Amino acid sequence: MTGWTDLLFILVLVLDLFVLASSRLRAGIRAVAAQGVLLSLLPVVLSGDATETRHVAILAVGALVVKAVGIPWLLARATRESTVSREVTPLLGFLPSLVLGAAGIAAAIWFAADLPLPVPGMHPLLVPTSIGTVWCGLLLIVTRRKAVGQVLGFLVLENGVFVLGLLLSDFMPSMVEVGVLLDLLAAVFVMGLVMFDIQRAFSSLDTEKLASLKD
Amino acid sequence: MLLLVATPLLLAALAFALPWPRHRPLVLLAGALAHAGTVAWIWGAPPAPALGGWLAVDAAGLLVLALVSALFLVCAAYAQGYLARRRDRDSRGFVGGLLVLLGAVSVVALSQHLGLLWVAIELTTLSTAPLIYFNQNERALEAAWKYLVTCSVGIALALLGTFLLALASAGPGGPRSLLLADLLAGGATLDRPWLRFAFVFLLAGYGTKLGLAPFHAWKPDAYGEAPGLLGALLSGGVTSVAFLALLRVLQVCRAAGEGPFARQALVGLGLLSIGFAAVFLVRQRDVKRMLAYSSVEHMGILVLGVGIGGAATTGAFLHLVYNGLTKGALFLTAGNIHRAFGSKQVEHLRGAARVLPVSGPVFLASFLAITGSPPFAPFFSEFAILDGAVKAGAWAPAAAYLVGLAVIFIGMGATVLRVVQGAPPEGAGAAAAAMGDTALTAGPPLLLLALVLALGLWVPGPLRAVVAAAAALVEGG
Amino acid sequence: MTGPLLTALQLLGFLSLPPLLLGVIGRIKARVAGREGPPLLQPYRDLARLVRKGTVYSRTTTWVFRAGPVVGLAAVLAAGLLVPLGAPAATVAFAGDFALLAALLGLARFATVVAALDTGSSFEGMGAAREVTFSALAEPALFLGFVSLVRSTGGTDLTHLLGDGLAAAWHTDGPALLLVALSIFVVALAENARLPVDDPATHLELTMIHEVMVLDHGGPDLALIQYGAALKLWLFGAVVVNLALGARLDEPAAAFAAFLGGQLAFAVAIGLVESTMARLRLVRIPQLLVGASVLSAFALVLLLR
Repeated sequence: MTGWTDLLFILVLVLDLFVLASSRLRAGIRAVAAQGVLLSLLPVVLSGDATETRHVAILAVGALVVKAVGIPWLLARATRESTVSREVTPLLGFLPSLVLGAAGIAAAIWFAADLPLPVPGMHPLLVPTSIGTVWCGLLLIVTRRKAVGQVLGFLVLENGVFVLGLLLSDFMPSMVEVGVLLDLLAAVFVMGLVMFDIQRAFSSLDTEKLASLKD
Repeated sequence: MLLLVATPLLLAALAFALPWPRHRPLVLLAGALAHAGTVAWIWGAPPAPALGGWLAVDAAGLLVLALVSALFLVCAAYAQGYLARRRDRDSRGFVGGLLVLLGAVSVVALSQHLGLLWVAIELTTLSTAPLIYFNQNERALEAAWKYLVTCSVGIALALLGTFLLALASAGPGGPRSLLLADLLAGGATLDRPWLRFAFVFLLAGYGTKLGLAPFHAWKPDAYGEAPGLLGALLSGGVTSVAFLALLRVLQVCRAAGEGPFARQALVGLGLLSIGFAAVFLVRQRDVKRMLAYSSVEHMGILVLGVGIGGAATTGAFLHLVYNGLTKGALFLTAGNIHRAFGSKQVEHLRGAARVLPVSGPVFLASFLAITGSPPFAPFFSEFAILDGAVKAGAWAPAAAYLVGLAVIFIGMGATVLRVVQGAPPEGAGAAAAAMGDTALTAGPPLLLLALVLALGLWVPGPLRAVVAAAAALVEGG
Repeated sequence: MTGPLLTALQLLGFLSLPPLLLGVIGRIKARVAGREGPPLLQPYRDLARLVRKGTVYSRTTTWVFRAGPVVGLAAVLAAGLLVPLGAPAATVAFAGDFALLAALLGLARFATVVAALDTGSSFEGMGAAREVTFSALAEPALFLGFVSLVRSTGGTDLTHLLGDGLAAAWHTDGPALLLVALSIFVVALAENARLPVDDPATHLELTMIHEVMVLDHGGPDLALIQYGAALKLWLFGAVVVNLALGARLDEPAAAFAAFLGGQLAFAVAIGLVESTMARLRLVRIPQLLVGASVLSAFALVLLLR
């Protein structure tokens, strides 16, 4: 069983790297949706004994509906109307982003082994997956120029935070649901995209648009 | 006590529902009055904790509540005049959003549970982002987007930090809870490496909301493009609650023995913020962006104060109040100047004292106040922080602090004096007739300035007592 | 079945069956495209036809050009001795022989590239640059994959890495081995000039990578090259299939049959990948290969944890 839980975490990390490396926005949206599916499986797989099954079920279904279906659908709608389908060259090229993301994940896996686990029975890959995903999300947000790219980065970031929140499901189950509230923010972004058609690039290097908002 | 939260939210719903644009600002005023009344009552007779200890009144929270309430009341009065002039925009979202902000800020001030604290701060981000877009031009859109993205990333990191804090409390014998009282009581049992890890993320997250360098990049854009009224509330109200969140974290760290580590980080970021602000304030071309950098500077001062500790903490709490009030005056008058001249770029602004006989001088006097000139109140709070630094033997930070303040005084002074003095440009007289000072737009900032002057001359006993109690909370006295 | 008989059988298979793989790939691609496709034994007929032809050598070439195909084939044949090709053990095994495998494959590639450069044409120069760059990027993936296998199984010779060591390894390190298998599959696509790295059926010179190398050879030389390419495909297939099968079957006959079935599945998989994917833009190929390296590196980090 542990082997396949390992695989779930690794697939989450592989999907992070895929989003970092791909320039097609729709492929990125699909990857994040797939990550949502994997994340909704995690509470089920990690729960072990049968305590709090109702809570686990709510969490799994909730994560599935929001992360795997709802927000990707909203994002896809936002990109469908627009002519933007590819990320222009980001601040950090795709290949360096991939390598940097992988290096961050490797560092997370390496150093997490040194941190003593306060909660017994914690899966050893959980903290590295969470921190690695947060790192990849931050990389995406900082380096992507298109608004949709930044939203994808935020979704990856909050997936990472959600993974860490699963650790609390034994003794503070309500807090994990709070983590899903982050999705509310993401939903707001996407609605903003749809409503205001912010499909263009936001970057202070994009000189024609933003010469006024600089110092 | 729950009235504090419920009333603004109910009134917000009302504001959305009512179809009368002319009377909608009155809903805002009503909410502000109700809130102020409740806060005054609480100040006199503190109520018992509610919601199983999740909401309670303590000294720091009370101070922030009082500041926000006073600021909101004054701004609500200003809003009557402002919204009357901005009939071109639908005020439904604006008024509703401001009332939701008031409710969220109240929750933060009262919250004793770190998870609830986080939710409320997320709510402040969500409720203010659409308001930044009030002017509905391309730059406002970009400012709102940057604000939303940056603050949301900060919020996400703060949630990660909160989770890590919960993990730290889950060690053997640990309190296993996110209630502040439990965490403080069980301080010795908190797992220290995880607590440090949590502190780093919480500092990054709430520091973003506070506008500390290096997480401050959204401030110039957001404060620059938002209406002056919103700028006053953001820089006085929202930053104060973010500071409160950071204080709660500091309390937990101190209880666990991680105080020195946390304090060092705070001193470092505080000095960094003052430095960044100093660099960017000099030769700043846009008046509102200048005020945003001033906000970055003062957040740095606040954080420096609590970081140094001891007597400086009292100074920091006093500065929290004084800075909030003075920023209110600054942003409101800057808004008036922007409207009267039709621009906020320094090239187009001259002779504000002639065109706006009240707002201009108030702007100048507020600048003097915020940069620490006696007899205004911020001088005393900034001096208290300096005094605390010297007493604690922190010579290098104290020296850097003084240099930063001096540079900012000169940089800001050059811009402000240029704006206020001199002869107005051609055609400014006509604009002044339409958008000049009225009682409702010039009165509130004047009131705030007068309050700042009065507090400089005499600090009332109750205020002094609450500040001391708040400092004791953080210092562990 | 006894040892020498198995070894002889696997070598016989190695020498005779690889062109069938090419036939299967071609057939799958055609069927997916809705056509009937060439017969499965067509590659054999092509090789026979090529052997009967005469050769023309350019005046600018030297002995290097004539030696290239021969050295390439010899290197691949030698490499075939190191890999278990259906029998539980390879013909030759010693500690660290996976490095020799990579070296021999590198030698084969070197011979091809040098022969192409020997023609003195700038087009071959461009193709050589591409070929060598992509191979250089694929090397780390292959090596990291092998090092992960070493870490997981505890042995250093290919017979152990791809044979008896795997049964236990799959139980404990399943996910890591899955990543390694995926990574080596991508390397196989790159090394054998298959889509999405290189289109073997392209006629446009600007899109050729591997084709450039063999463009000037004809007749028996081309037969040697094509045969060598088929053998190399069989070799990579053997690595992936052995990794996937994980030495689960003890009975030698059954294991051999499973190996052959695995090779067939490998060919079908390549055919399907080629039918569904377009060739990647040249600037994207490094990303793919670095991604494969990253997967192998992940597997290694997981195993080292």
